Amino acid sequence: MLAMNFRGPFRIRADRNRPEPKIEHPYDAIVQVTRSLICGSDLHLYHGLVPDTRVGMTFGHEFTGVVVEVGSGVQKLKVGDHVLVPFNIACGSCPFCKQELYGNCHESNPEATASAGFFGYAHIAGGYDGGQAEYVRVPYADVGPTLIPEGMDIEDAVMLTDVTPTGYQAAEMGGIQQGDTVVVFGAGPIGIMAARCAWLFGAGRVIVIDHLEYRLEFARNYAFCEAYNFKEMDDPVVFLKKATDWLGADVCIDAVGCDAVGSTIQDIIGKQLLMEAGNATAFHWAINSVKKGGIVSVVGVYGPPWNLAPLGSLMNKGITVRANQASVKRLLPKLIEHVMAGRLNPKGLISHRIPLEDISDAYRMFSAKLDGMIKPLLIPPRAVTA
Amino acid sequence: MERYIDPEMDRRIADTVKNIPGWGMDADPENDPTYPMKKRNGADYERIHYEKAPQQPVNIPVFHSIERPGITRVFGTSTPPSGLSGLIRKQAFKSSEAKGTHWMTLVLADKVNVVEGVIEDLKNGIFPNFVAELGWKAEWQYNRKKFVTRIAVKALVVAAVVGWLTRKKK
Repeated sequence: MLAMNFRGPFRIRADRNRPEPKIEHPYDAIVQVTRSLICGSDLHLYHGLVPDTRVGMTFGHEFTGVVVEVGSGVQKLKVGDHVLVPFNIACGSCPFCKQELYGNCHESNPEATASAGFFGYAHIAGGYDGGQAEYVRVPYADVGPTLIPEGMDIEDAVMLTDVTPTGYQAAEMGGIQQGDTVVVFGAGPIGIMAARCAWLFGAGRVIVIDHLEYRLEFARNYAFCEAYNFKEMDDPVVFLKKATDWLGADVCIDAVGCDAVGSTIQDIIGKQLLMEAGNATAFHWAINSVKKGGIVSVVGVYGPPWNLAPLGSLMNKGITVRANQASVKRLLPKLIEHVMAGRLNPKGLISHRIPLEDISDAYRMFSAKLDGMIKPLLIPPRAVTA
Repeated sequence: MERYIDPEMDRRIADTVKNIPGWGMDADPENDPTYPMKKRNGADYERIHYEKAPQQPVNIPVFHSIERPGITRVFGTSTPPSGLSGLIRKQAFKSSEAKGTHWMTLVLADKVNVVEGVIEDLKNGIFPNFVAELGWKAEWQYNRKKFVTRIAVKALVVAAVVGWLTRKKK
């Protein structure tokens, strides 16, 4: 089959000779991919920032597909079902899944206890091949995969596997109260969706900070927010303090993670020397820009083992940090409702539709922010009309 | 917010704290920073005694974090450890996720693995198409000026270093 094949940092190929996945466990299903996406967090793998990313792996944790085979223990899912597949692999029965922490399952990732299993996210997340392929093995098939509702656009469906729930949960974790000022660091797809969702919780003002003008412009239009370029400021923290009566924002959201820019020191230590997990400037700014007693919500992805962060300010300001991988399954019913009612328009974030065969170029464009790319959608060759 | 009450746990706690003055008198179930991400239903207190799926057959080497007693009921079968990088990874999994050496050793294994990947390609008669794999077509199409400048600067630096290293000593 055709699938993405990682060969090293910045090097990937569309490989037509990948073996098709097979049922490995009674609760498995095999899904023929109809659409998949490249996530900003895939770029952390692409840039070589995530340990235990092995040559030969297939990335991709955002995909929809048609079930073509099920294991002997699968009861709900049937061959022919068209499903959206949450990026988290969740057993549904461990203490964490039972408490709806589906992004923190204890039975899907042997290699690290800090993370659940995710599709196509290196061995730090269980070593599963992902959805940037024609076929994928989907474990615990009765738990995560969700039938695409009748009438839902397939592009909206694939955007419900990660981007929309993660953006929504970023706002939810912010504990936004009516009238709150919310600052979102990062105008990538997740940041833009978080800004859009902040209004659903009653925010009074939403500000997005980034350094790419085309993305800021997109955020202004899509998320009805203010958007500012930190490269045009001496100091974004001072700018935000000034913009919030010198008190700080009620809620700050880090939607960037370890690939941030804005600090040369962190670039050298984190990205060049790999002495910390990338560049944590967004988290740093979030702590410094939030008000005393405020909330910092983190959905930006950081790798192990550590990052430089102003813990002194965290303590002295009495900040609450809330962070997690999105619990996609928990949020899907509510988000499906928002999409079907037209309140959220996830597919509006998709800027490029690219054949899976051209995946090397798609990654490069997304990484280098070429051609105004916001979110690239991949279409496998045999699924064009699906 | 619904408060879960486990009678057995309540009895156990009652035995433990019966002589502690004021125990629990200010407890406030509304003060739960995990809400709404966590649905409190007592599952935490099941500890490891929950219903588990059957074990996926282990036909390949699978490393597991030493912060857990064994492997999970399912695991990925992508790219099992092999070669020198596999031996290095095995070493990494002897230390916990809390140790920097665990992660740094894995980073080293990743670097070795990239070289192994090129050797494996050549062995299979594949000469890696670096231009295609690096997505330079996209750079050429959308970012030509900066891309050409970057390549030229890198080529000049490499040429200067090679020239300096191979210079004839007087």
